[in-house]
Parts: sequence; structure tokens; C-alpha cells
Amino acid sequence: MSVTVEDVRRVAALARLDLSPDEEIQLTDELSRILQYMEKLNELDTDGVSPSAHPIPVAGRFRADESEIFSGLDELLAQAPDRRDGYFRVPRVID
Amino acid sequence: MNYETVIGMEVHVELHTQSKMFCRCPAHHFQIGANEHVCPVCTAQPGALPVINGRAIELTVMTGMALGCQIRPHSVFARKNYVYPDLPKGYQVSQYELPLCEHGQVVIHTSDGSRKQIAIERVHLEEDTGKLVHQGNASLVDYNRAGVPLMEIVTDASIRSADEAFAYVQKIRQLVRYLGASTGDMEKGAMRCEANISVRPEGSQAFGTKVEVKNLNSFRAVRNAIDYEVQRQIEVIEEGGTVRQVTMGWDEGAATTKEQRSKEFADDYRYFPEPDLLDVDVTDEWIDGARSQLPELPDERAARFVESFRLSADDAAMMTEDRAVADWFEQVIAAGAEPATAANWISGELFRRLKDTEAAIEDVALTPAQLAELIGLITAGTISGSAAKEVFAVMWDEGGGPTQIVEARGLQQVSDTGELESQVDAVIAAQADAADKVRNGDDKPLQFLMGMVMRATRGKANPQVVQQLLRDKLQG
Ligand SMILES: [Zn+2]
Repeated sequence: MSVTVEDVRRVAALARLDLSPDEEIQLTDELSRILQYMEKLNELDTDGVSPSAHPIPVAGRFRADESEIFSGLDELLAQAPDRRDGYFRVPRVID
Repeated sequence: MNYETVIGMEVHVELHTQSKMFCRCPAHHFQIGANEHVCPVCTAQPGALPVINGRAIELTVMTGMALGCQIRPHSVFARKNYVYPDLPKGYQVSQYELPLCEHGQVVIHTSDGSRKQIAIERVHLEEDTGKLVHQGNASLVDYNRAGVPLMEIVTDASIRSADEAFAYVQKIRQLVRYLGASTGDMEKGAMRCEANISVRPEGSQAFGTKVEVKNLNSFRAVRNAIDYEVQRQIEVIEEGGTVRQVTMGWDEGAATTKEQRSKEFADDYRYFPEPDLLDVDVTDEWIDGARSQLPELPDERAARFVESFRLSADDAAMMTEDRAVADWFEQVIAAGAEPATAANWISGELFRRLKDTEAAIEDVALTPAQLAELIGLITAGTISGSAAKEVFAVMWDEGGGPTQIVEARGLQQVSDTGELESQVDAVIAAQADAADKVRNGDDKPLQFLMGMVMRATRGKANPQVVQQLLRDKLQG
């Protein structure tokens, strides 16, 4: 399986990434090689093995529904490049 | 040509939990400043690790059970990828292939009195997004709501009219409120609806092209948007055009559906299992534990009210519409009141007062025992119906028990014939014409004479006793 330059452009558009033509070619090649590498897994016989999203089997282990205010709030918010009145400020996203 | 409307509904319900879906931030997000309930998890800081809120899973499973769904012992969270600033991670954690609940059904009651079963395809759990405020050339982002547990309930395409869609949303709201799963408050966004709408010529088997309409955030919007969109599609077809498959938003102010630009909602979410979370595996014991928390559901409860209390179907529906009302009603019965009379007082005087004061039944000072006592005073003939309304008003406005109010205000009904006889004689003497007519067998003026006696006794006379006295004296 290999990746085409059209695949790269489509995924970049969905991820709001602006790639130069050179980057498009470079990523096409790199992503293709990653997929080829992962294809190695297809050599394994997985007949009779059910799909799994996670390797650890744990049943019914959940967090209790208790709340607390995060203590490092100021530090966290201070990381935003632009803020106003407690809000994060970003370029306008609708007309 | 006649057209048939085909609708599938997606209802998002904000769950009533203490904390958010994957972090310990408080889940409530009203009347607080922007970004006060946020942490590294719900703002997507690198390395932050989400942990599943068990109560959110439980409430979703309970809702699935109330909707007759199969509960999956093994389900999986997935990433739904799209880029928008209301989503700090660049993806929303949702469920895709393996939702918690599937294949259910619910019976709706439409306004014409008919019942219909609607199939539920799935109930799954996801996280809510943040809120955006657009200002000048910037958008302001508040993540207080980001990560609040959000349950999505999806029907098949078996809804056939705006009226049915309306009844369906009412039913879902009633159920989630009964379960304590959500406030169901549409005004505060705790319930948000989307409708997939298409039309087809009557008798046709093939579906028409469906249009997704979002922003149905009030009961009125559900009805108006569907009516509007159905009419729009029929007009497109009648004019020889074709309906395009688009996403629309309901614009409440303009009362129209408007196309949303597809660029912002690119329909390619590239779902994959969320690697930061464990699969959701629940044991049979865990599922039994959730089932044991299910309350008696409204339709079952209404059937029991008809069966045990001999209520009419309408009264039973009214007494079970809200769980707190149903509890209150049953307490009135437990305190000894006659059920139909109790239902009458609750749906009449009490509901009117609740509506006027915008109060919830849980918050009123009046107790079920006090209403039962008031009803007991009427049944025993101690007070008349009109005096009872006065007592109720005093109980509501000033508090106090009914017996004490009746005594303090001298509202006891006079049933003693000896006491009433002189009043009746006085009225007969003063209204000789009417009295003569009754003497000659004309019953019509009897009501008038009774009214005069009631007035003379300031409403305290027992009407039955007064009528009997008049008949004895004039026709005996
Ligand atoms: Zn958080």
C-alpha cells in the first residue's frame, strides 16, 4: 500500500496544514514507507483473534464521579498566546 | 401529489454528573467566568491522560435500558477527527463502531392521542465541545463545557411528521429526567436536537435525499424547523428541481433553514479507537447494578395509577409527566386523600400556582399531607369547595395547616338545618316570584334561590342542605 500526493493534500486540508510542494513530496514518500513498514504485521496469521483496541483487559474500572477545581489554573491559562477576559482568543472562524 | 415525510432524530443530552467525562473538573458550566472549570485534560495539554467517569457510563447504560436497548459488555471510545477551535484536541472522543447501547425502541404519544413505537438505533457517549463567542476579527473560546459528558440518542427513519418528532423529543426529555440522567433543560442547552429530513411521493418505497437540520434547541424549533424544511423540499421537487444532500442550520430569528458551509464540517472524521483510553468492559454484575437503579418508568407508572387508583388515562398521564409530581401525588394518596380528587387539585390549583411562580414542585412549602388534609375537610363536609380554594390560597401564600386556617377564618360549612332555616325563609320571603315558580313545579329558579342563600351565608352554607331545605319548604 502506498500513499499518493492527493492523499497527502486531502489529509493536510482536513488537518488545516499548509504544505509546500516540496513538503508534499517528502511526506508522500515518508508516509508510504511507514505504511510499508506496518505491512509487516500482515504476515502474522490472525485468524480467530478478535480485534482489540487495547492490550490490557480490565473490566468495570472507572473513575468515581467527584469534582475539584484544577489548582494550576493560572499557569495553564498563561500558556495561551492570546487571551481576553478569561477567554482564549483565536482568529475569527466564521463570517 | 401527496408526499410522505421521513425523519430520523439525533438528540444530544448533557448528562447530570458532578465531574466531566474524562477529568475531575466540575461539569456545570453556567454562570461562571470563562475557562474556570478547565484542566490539562480538557484543554488537551500534551501528556495529559483522560480517565473515564463511571457515573457517565452508568447513566448512559440506564438510559439504554429505559429505551429497551441491548447493552454491550464491550464497547470502545473512538476519536472523531476535525479541526475547529471549540475542540482543543483536534478530535472529539466519541463512540463509533461499538456504542454502549443498541437496538431499542420507545413508545411516543402524539397530540392526536395515538401511540407509535419508534426504533432506537443506538445510544452512545461522547464529550461536549467548548463554546465560541465571535467578536470583531477574533473568536473567543471558553472550554468550561469542553469534556462535559454528552449522550447521543439516534433513531431510525420511522418518524413521519413534525408532530411525531415533537412527541419523541418530549418522551426522551421525560425519560432522562425520570432517570436523573439529565435536567433535559433545552433552554440551557442540556438537550439539543438534529433531524434528518427527507420527503418522498406517498406509496414510494425509496427514500428521498435527506437533509440534516441542526440547531433544534427548543420544542418550538423542532416543530417549526421540520415543517419549514418539509415544505421547502416539496417546493423544490414540485418546481422540477432535486433536493441536495446538505447540512442546514435552523435560524430561529429568521424562521428558516440555512445551509451551513460544508468546508467547516468536512464529513470525513477518520474515526479510530482512542489509544489514551481503555476499552469499556463491564461485567454482568455491573450491568445488574445499573439496572437496579432504574426507577419505575412513566408509562408503567401511569398504568399502575389507572389500575390501583382508578385514575382516568388522562389524569394518570398528567400525574406521571414529571417524576417529582408523581412522587408528590403518591404522598397525597398515602396521606389518605381520594386519588381522583387529589389529581384534580394537583393539575388544577397546584399546577396553576407552579406556573405563575415558575416554581418546581420540589421547592414548594405546601406539603402533600396538607393537601390531603384539605381534601379530607371537603369530603367530610367541613368546608365547601369554594371555601377550600380560599384555604388553598392561604396555605400557598402564607403557609399553615388547613384545619387551623378554616378555624381562624371561620370558614366551616354550615350544614345544620336549624341554623340555615332562617336564612332560607328570609330568601323565600324576599324572592316571592321565584319561590312561586318553584312551588308550581318549575325547577329553574331553584339555582337562583340557592345562590341567594349562599350569598347571605357568605358561601358557608352546605349547598346540598340548602337545596333540600328549599325543596322541603316549596315542594314538600
Ligand atoms: Zn478538565
